[in-house]
Amino acid sequence: MKHHLSALLAGVLFGFGLAYSGMTDTHKVLGFLDIFGDWDYDLAFVMAGALAVSIFSFRLMRNRKFSFIECPIDLPNNQVIDRKLLSGSAIFGIGWGLFGYCPGPALTALIYLEPNTILFVLSMVAGITIHRFLQPLKPVS
Amino acid sequence: MLDESLIQALIGGLIIGVSASILILLSGRIAGISGILNGALFNSGDRLWRILFLGGLLFGGFLCHLFTGKPSPELAINSPWLAIAGGLIVGYGVRLGSGCTSGHGICGIARLSKRSIAATLCFIASGMTTVALIKMIGAVI
Repeated sequence: MKHHLSALLAGVLFGFGLAYSGMTDTHKVLGFLDIFGDWDYDLAFVMAGALAVSIFSFRLMRNRKFSFIECPIDLPNNQVIDRKLLSGSAIFGIGWGLFGYCPGPALTALIYLEPNTILFVLSMVAGITIHRFLQPLKPVS
Repeated sequence: MLDESLIQALIGGLIIGVSASILILLSGRIAGISGILNGALFNSGDRLWRILFLGGLLFGGFLCHLFTGKPSPELAINSPWLAIAGGLIVGYGVRLGSGCTSGHGICGIARLSKRSIAATLCFIASGMTTVALIKMIGAVI
């Protein structure tokens, strides 16, 4: 129950932060990615601000097995930089640069009720589903 | 002089950092949107916290525009074809690469994960290259 409330609160804050920071504005995102043109570096400060806070929280939890409300800490332990990681990230970057949305801002931007944003999110879900069914034996963790 | 959108980016980023902190400190989970969305779609066992987080993501964006009076952004690229292509590519890429801007770019870097640092450099470089190529093609046509 408590961990459901914390997930809801975290989601609300995350969505608020995305909308306030400018991440749901594809003009800002594409301006940030346009480093060879008229570069708009504002969104680098979103990452800087987020890291400035979260780096301490993750440091605090590094060696703990349970959270402060006794939920198991679920952190990935894979350390290998492989081709899958890099090619997947490179592919993701292409889609990000094509339209200007990564997954979080795209979901938050659904509230603007733009048909093409809804189309983007449905296609993103389709892309996730295609990946899922190309690897039928891998369980979701 | 610091302009308003840069300060909003920083404050939005700090709020996102608080959100990621709440999720790890209390729920013991990583605020990776693509992973949470994937789990909400395919992990029937532990779906509720993910659905609450994702619902919060939309509600938080709504609250932001309601309380700050920030205008809803318009899409930079209002093409249904690019929305479909971008969405499919983003969805497939984030799963192949095991994460997106939030999971790798914020939480992963905050835990100093080498995999996430590599993934983040990769999708930012790829996004920047994509935007540069599109502008180049646009200039030729």
